[in-house]
Amino acid sequence: MEWETVIGLEIHAQLATKSKIFSGASTAYGAPPNTQACAVDLGLPGVLPVLNKDAVRMAVKLGLATGAKIAPRSVFARKNYFYPDLPKGYQISQYELPVVEHGHMDIELEDGSSKTIGITRAHLEEDAGKSLHEDFHGLTGVDLNRAGTPLLEVVSEPDLRSAKEAVAYMKKLHSLVRYLEICDGNMQEGSFRCDANVSVRPKGSDKLGTRCEIKNLNSFRFVERAINYEIERQIDLIEGGGKVVQETRLYDADKDETRSMRSKEEAMDYRYFPDPDLLPLEIEQAFISEVQRTLPELPDEKKERFAYEYGLSPYEAAVLTGSRELADYYEAVIQTANGEAKLAANWVLGELSGAINKSGLDITQSPVSPALLGGMLNRITDNTISGKIAKTVFEAMWNGEGDADAVIDKRGLKQVTDSGAIEKVIDDVMAANPGQLADYRAGKDKLFGFFVGQVMKLSQGKANPAQVNALLKKKLNG
Amino acid sequence: MHNHTVAELAAKLRAKEISSVELTGVYLDRIAQLDKTLNSYISVCSEHALAQARTADQRLQQGQGGPLTGVPIAHKDIFCTEGVKTTCGSKMLDSFIAPYDATVVSKGNETGLVMLGKTNMDEFAMGSSNETSFYGAVKNPWDTAAVPGGSSGGSAAAVAARLAPAATGTDTGGSIRQPAALCGITGLKPTYGRVSRYGMIAFASSLDQGGPMARSAEDCALLLSAMAGYDYRDSTSLDQPVPDYQATLNDSLQGLKIGLPKEYFGDGLDNQVAAAIEAAIAEYKKLGAEVVEISLPNTRLAVPSYYVVAPAEASSNLARYDGVRYGYRCQSPKDLLDLYKRSRGEGFGAEVKRRIMIGTYVLSAGYYDAYYLKAQQLRQLISDDFKRAFEQVDVIMGPTSPTVAFNLGEKADDPVTMYLSDIYTIAVNMAGLPGMSVPVGFVDRRPVGMQLIGNYFNEARLLNIAHQYQRVTDWHQRRPQGFE
Repeated sequence: MEWETVIGLEIHAQLATKSKIFSGASTAYGAPPNTQACAVDLGLPGVLPVLNKDAVRMAVKLGLATGAKIAPRSVFARKNYFYPDLPKGYQISQYELPVVEHGHMDIELEDGSSKTIGITRAHLEEDAGKSLHEDFHGLTGVDLNRAGTPLLEVVSEPDLRSAKEAVAYMKKLHSLVRYLEICDGNMQEGSFRCDANVSVRPKGSDKLGTRCEIKNLNSFRFVERAINYEIERQIDLIEGGGKVVQETRLYDADKDETRSMRSKEEAMDYRYFPDPDLLPLEIEQAFISEVQRTLPELPDEKKERFAYEYGLSPYEAAVLTGSRELADYYEAVIQTANGEAKLAANWVLGELSGAINKSGLDITQSPVSPALLGGMLNRITDNTISGKIAKTVFEAMWNGEGDADAVIDKRGLKQVTDSGAIEKVIDDVMAANPGQLADYRAGKDKLFGFFVGQVMKLSQGKANPAQVNALLKKKLNG
Repeated sequence: MHNHTVAELAAKLRAKEISSVELTGVYLDRIAQLDKTLNSYISVCSEHALAQARTADQRLQQGQGGPLTGVPIAHKDIFCTEGVKTTCGSKMLDSFIAPYDATVVSKGNETGLVMLGKTNMDEFAMGSSNETSFYGAVKNPWDTAAVPGGSSGGSAAAVAARLAPAATGTDTGGSIRQPAALCGITGLKPTYGRVSRYGMIAFASSLDQGGPMARSAEDCALLLSAMAGYDYRDSTSLDQPVPDYQATLNDSLQGLKIGLPKEYFGDGLDNQVAAAIEAAIAEYKKLGAEVVEISLPNTRLAVPSYYVVAPAEASSNLARYDGVRYGYRCQSPKDLLDLYKRSRGEGFGAEVKRRIMIGTYVLSAGYYDAYYLKAQQLRQLISDDFKRAFEQVDVIMGPTSPTVAFNLGEKADDPVTMYLSDIYTIAVNMAGLPGMSVPVGFVDRRPVGMQLIGNYFNEARLLNIAHQYQRVTDWHQRRPQGFE
């Protein structure tokens, strides 16, 4: 039988506010345990939550950027359960009335077509602390620095049909939250993580199969692998005469498998009810309009503009707008390089991206700044160096040898455009290769390339290639 | 000295007839002598109080005192006090010292109030007799065989016995008004949101409200001025200006329209209590008020819906007491579940556990709609009753409690009977309205309290109405034998 996979993602994006969602404590990552937890975060008796307006602003930003409806009135609810890293014994979240509903986002499929994925809702909630099970010899440590950090949980419709689509959606959202500057997207630190709901059904069926939820996937690779494993597991199970049981599963990256965490029967009753400590969140149109005005150019808009304004292929435009940082880098290069957009695109997507990937650095950490790269491109366009020599210059700049002019100067890489000098080199080459010269003149045209190579070699690559071609032709034909 | 009202003491302090240190000493001595009988204080902080009194004296010397500078006060042990134990009447918090002051406490400190100590209360404010306290029952100064009411029973008893000129209380279903009635003092539960709940240990967040307990309406007016106001740390506190409660105390009651809800004078109301209320109403007529009978038809829904909403919120509010970060932790827990079960099982008393279980049940999947949601709908009906009533009348009057103080142990094993002792006060919390209790007589030497219910933010009018009554009667000046 042919099977169809149905996937919905719940993505938790940690909002980039300075302070926590309901307290004034800092949200900075990496502080010593329990140094960024105030009385409210510790759940001391008598403390009360006060909503951080910046978190609301960020939720509205995402809502606007995904064409969603911003609820004029949404309600915070308590999700009750006991765990040592949950200080109050409940998590403040939104349940029946979330702040954002009915959004959508387009993803690009491998065949180049695009597909619209529905966003059911996005709601604000607080994160829990961290339980540290290692390092304490049979005991568990609790670090409450993360407790109360604002999260935006973005829930997709079950519109995704493969692990690849799921990853494309997750990457798109990842890029979007970074464009909007509402989340740093740092997946190692858990700032952007995902739960995947996966089910399978016979192709053509419109009835959903029983789903399993895979918890806490914190890399694109894990999402893809966990979902693929899960799809196979479910299909094998059904084809073997079994039944999928609704349950929560964990992905073990080391073993590359998912395993059961708890079944539906064991699922907790969270006893949600509206939090009486917080008034319903009321958002006025004026606030929404104010946020609207602060929205940056969104990825899809930018992609179209790049293609149109810079004459790029859809592929180039898509890659260059994949992250806001890369797009900004590219546009900064163009600015220095006097509008040489196509040349800039070739270099940013070529040498630069290669070096970035190889080094494992982030584009913002590139030792070659947009100004350096743009400056070098200017030396290509004004014929100071050839494209080939430029690769040497780029490598030197990457290694910190200064800007293009300094490298060209220091290493004597300036292109030779003096016809006399080039002619002299040609004469030398001809004199040194009488046999080839005779053959060429006897009709072996293919040897032309040999002479070009020899001239370039003797000039250490510095001779202007166009001039070499022209002069060589003239001389060889004698 | 201890028989003076807060207003009188404040005047004497400003006139330098007495120093705050001397005055504080008077009360500390009385507490040392007399509280063994009553058990109205959980903590007495003599040194802390005297230090505050010395600071107050300096301010008074420099002419920088406010209207309450140097006046001693007792705080219900539900308000967090930095550096001083805050127990909420529970074994769970027997060792808990808050690292911050509740807003009510810090506002009091800024005004220059001197904290004598922390008063006894029903555990987590759950009770109507003060018998659920981990620190033992409080006795009623008018008759030590009787309960003082609850949950602010320690505050009521301390004020009645002149072990403090005034005290703070909190009221979730009558916890200021009922003990004020049973101890013959004046207590005010303000409009929900009038006084900050920050640092006030939560029982039922949508109902809890702090307020003053004193011997006169005038004193309550003074104290409320020092407690009320918007607090950014409490999202449910309301950003409304605080009026000068004293300025209107002497407004005329000519033409005042008093509503008497027929539902508050029916079955279950003690005849002699009813007679005392009727006598008080007669006084109001003499002062120029008109009386009309009104109906609050959904009154009977108040107690059952309250006992869904309050336990539901409590079950969640009290989840933080888990033995992990602070408070009581059981001995040598086997594992996490054992830690939770035994810390909570051993740290909470029976009434608290009963309410946590009720609250957990009514919020459970499958029961939420039938209980919690329904109770919230009933709550709206109760509010609507009052809304209609206030289209007709300025104030609603009736008994605060169906009987005078009952005996210790009398209702301790019968929670439903105990819950019904708040039958007249609970609806006011459900609607979020302000309510007062003023002493209006005695039955068998035990005080009777009358409840005044006002419209939202009408505390000034309520205080005015109570004060005018106290100008022409002396019930509020009577002293319990043995504590004169």
